[in-house]
Amino acid sequence: MQIETIIQKYHILTGQCVDFVRDFYEQLRSVHVEQLERKWITITLLVIGLLVVIIVGDAFFHGVNPPSKVETIDSAKLHLSKEFAESNLGVQLDDKGEIMVRMVAGRYSFFPKHIAVPAETKITFRWVSMDVLHGVHIPMTNMSTMIVPGYVAEITTSFPKPGEYPVLCNEYCGLGHNHMWSNISVIAKEDWTFPATVPAEGIKP
Amino acid sequence: MNDAAERKLALSHLWVAFIAFIVACFMGEYQVLERSGLIPALDSPTVYFASVSTHGVLMGFVLTTFFIMGFGYYTASTSLKVPVWNNKLAWVGFWISLLGTLLAAIPLLTGNASVLYTFYLPMQAHVAFYLGATLLIVGSWIWCGIMWVMFKQWKQVHPKQPVPLAMFATTANALLWLWASAGVALEVLFQAIPLALGWIDTVDPGLARTLFAWTLHPIVYFWLIPAYIAFYVFVPKQAGGYLYSDEAARGAFIVLAVFALPIGFHHLYMDPEQAKGWKLLHGIGTLVVSIPTLVTGFTVIASLEIAGRLRGGKGLFGWIGSLPWSNPMVLAVILSLLMLILGGFGGVINASYAMNAMIHNTAWVPGHFHLIFAGTTVIMYFAIAYYLWPMLVQKPLFSNSLALIQLWTWFIGMGILTTPWHVLGLLGQPRRISSVVYNTLLTLAWKPYELAMIFGGLILLGSACLFIYNLAKTQLNPVSGVFTQRVEYAEAIHPVKELPEYLNDFTLWNRVIAVLMLISFGVPILQFFFMNTFGSPGWGY
Ligand code: HEM
Ligand SMILES: [Cu+2]
Ligand SMILES: [Cu+2]
Repeated sequence: MQIETIIQKYHILTGQCVDFVRDFYEQLRSVHVEQLERKWITITLLVIGLLVVIIVGDAFFHGVNPPSKVETIDSAKLHLSKEFAESNLGVQLDDKGEIMVRMVAGRYSFFPKHIAVPAETKITFRWVSMDVLHGVHIPMTNMSTMIVPGYVAEITTSFPKPGEYPVLCNEYCGLGHNHMWSNISVIAKEDWTFPATVPAEGIKP
Repeated sequence: MNDAAERKLALSHLWVAFIAFIVACFMGEYQVLERSGLIPALDSPTVYFASVSTHGVLMGFVLTTFFIMGFGYYTASTSLKVPVWNNKLAWVGFWISLLGTLLAAIPLLTGNASVLYTFYLPMQAHVAFYLGATLLIVGSWIWCGIMWVMFKQWKQVHPKQPVPLAMFATTANALLWLWASAGVALEVLFQAIPLALGWIDTVDPGLARTLFAWTLHPIVYFWLIPAYIAFYVFVPKQAGGYLYSDEAARGAFIVLAVFALPIGFHHLYMDPEQAKGWKLLHGIGTLVVSIPTLVTGFTVIASLEIAGRLRGGKGLFGWIGSLPWSNPMVLAVILSLLMLILGGFGGVINASYAMNAMIHNTAWVPGHFHLIFAGTTVIMYFAIAYYLWPMLVQKPLFSNSLALIQLWTWFIGMGILTTPWHVLGLLGQPRRISSVVYNTLLTLAWKPYELAMIFGGLILLGSACLFIYNLAKTQLNPVSGVFTQRVEYAEAIHPVKELPEYLNDFTLWNRVIAVLMLISFGVPILQFFFMNTFGSPGWGY
């Protein structure tokens, strides 16, 4: 009894929806659209459709995605956390032998101030902020992410070319924003040995 | 119809907009000078960031909001041929917005709100800044309400008739803005103000950025729609022809209003607090919203071609030469479209997140939006002002040739300012830096581009002064006599006699927006209340 009324209601509802769509479509058909315009709109839709297919394909099949870990952390207690304690920052090898870099952003520098990593190797960066919003970008590379207090920004990349690169803060974080930077040495793969990290200068208060 | 009351209302809004504009242009030129390091005595991050914060607020919020309100009132009353509904209330809105502007100006100019126009929490400004911004928005909501009422009242009196295109688009913009401003309003009312007053100890910066992104995309369409209105309702007539398609115009405005809203996460591509699936969804929406712009480009160029051919232009491109290039509206639309095409390429790069990683938050970004916003959009604000001013003050324009020089110099100056700005971004220069102190060879390559920007800015500043001079002269001219010119709205080749309700009303679209917003922002906002998040205390700068 109960179920029957629900089913009946459901039927009426779908009926209404179908009517609505049909009605909408009919009305749209009645709108006058020039031949040439119709062609242009079709081309536009095809181009946009193609672009959508490309980005969706890249995301699903090639794993091309922006940094989006959605992992929270207490930015006020970083020094008490195990992972981002001073002694644990910089370049590390994880249990699978992959390179993991942990960095803290704070006004006005990135800590540790200098690190060395191998070229042409997969590297995972984990960035956290100890105060306000920052952004980090290594120019000419795609190592770029926002560092939002309260969240861990994780990004995986690799550097094709050895060299000395600056690491620049690219989100306004206070009057000293332009002083916020550090260095990274990308070393030819065969020359790099762990730990090649220059000892961290320590996190200034 | 005696429209003295409407003219006064529109003029007051437009003057506030343009005074904000000219003040901010001087700041802009100071900024390019300061950051280049050419004059060491100028170097001061304190002054620089007070200036950039004020420049951004004046250009992004004051110029635009007041221009849109003033233009909207005049469009509503001239296209519907009725007085502005509840003139007193409109003035209340004006004064609330102006009060808000002045209130925010105090901390901005004294360096107590150097948080930039995006005021990302947990960095904190003086509470007067947030209160002022809130009042500015509240005043604009009154404008939205008045547009809505006038739209509905006209429809009641003229059942089944198509609402004039100009009013239809203005109402679309009012609806867009009501939805768009809700995000930042929530952020300011529930996070920024309580934090600044000490009612709460911490805020979640991730939530704040999500709410701001809700506003940040549609707001640029709020700014852009007046330019599109001019494209559709003024340009064809001024060029001596007809609007190619009235229906396509309506469709474009609807898609703009609907799809500009649920796509703000393209501003959060690089953020850790939202998941990749949501970013992808918003990324697809971002591509969809480029459709109305492509349709607009087509319709405007087609309308121009009709005009060019009616004026005797022959051949594939001959019609371009026979357009009335000495008409400011026509010249402006051509220059505006050129900048839109260039900026559009940049926009596609920003929208694709693999490429976006290379330029995110670099100098490329201000380069891009000065081209699209200060270029494409603002040049149409100029054209609208040149067109309406004589009718608003009932005197002929002081000088048409000055107007043409002004539009050309704005275009050239914008090219010289923004091209090097884009290059700087590709060379890795971060945005929002007051001087270059990085100790790396990379910065050597930046110097010449920064110097070129000073030159571009100088041309723009001169152009801006010409604009204000021309308007002021027009108004102060002693010329008297009967002035009879009226606003002329373009006619379509096939004027619309009747329209389906979907193309003549927003009730359905309003619901569609509600559903899309729920889908694209529902979970991403709710997640902050279910995750184990950690708030941040407020910080100075
Ligand atoms: C005289 C012409 C202009 C010059 C020389 C100029 C220059 C600048 C400079 C140097 C910045 C700082 C960017 C940074 O630090 O990264 C800036 C910011 C800004 N400009 Fe302009 N500008 C001009 C006109 C305009 C116009 C007409 C508009 C819009 C209508 C505009 C909108 C903005 C906005 C919204 C910001 C804030 C950006 C931010 O906070 O990152 N500007 N401008
Ligand atoms: Cu910074
Ligand atoms: Cu956007």
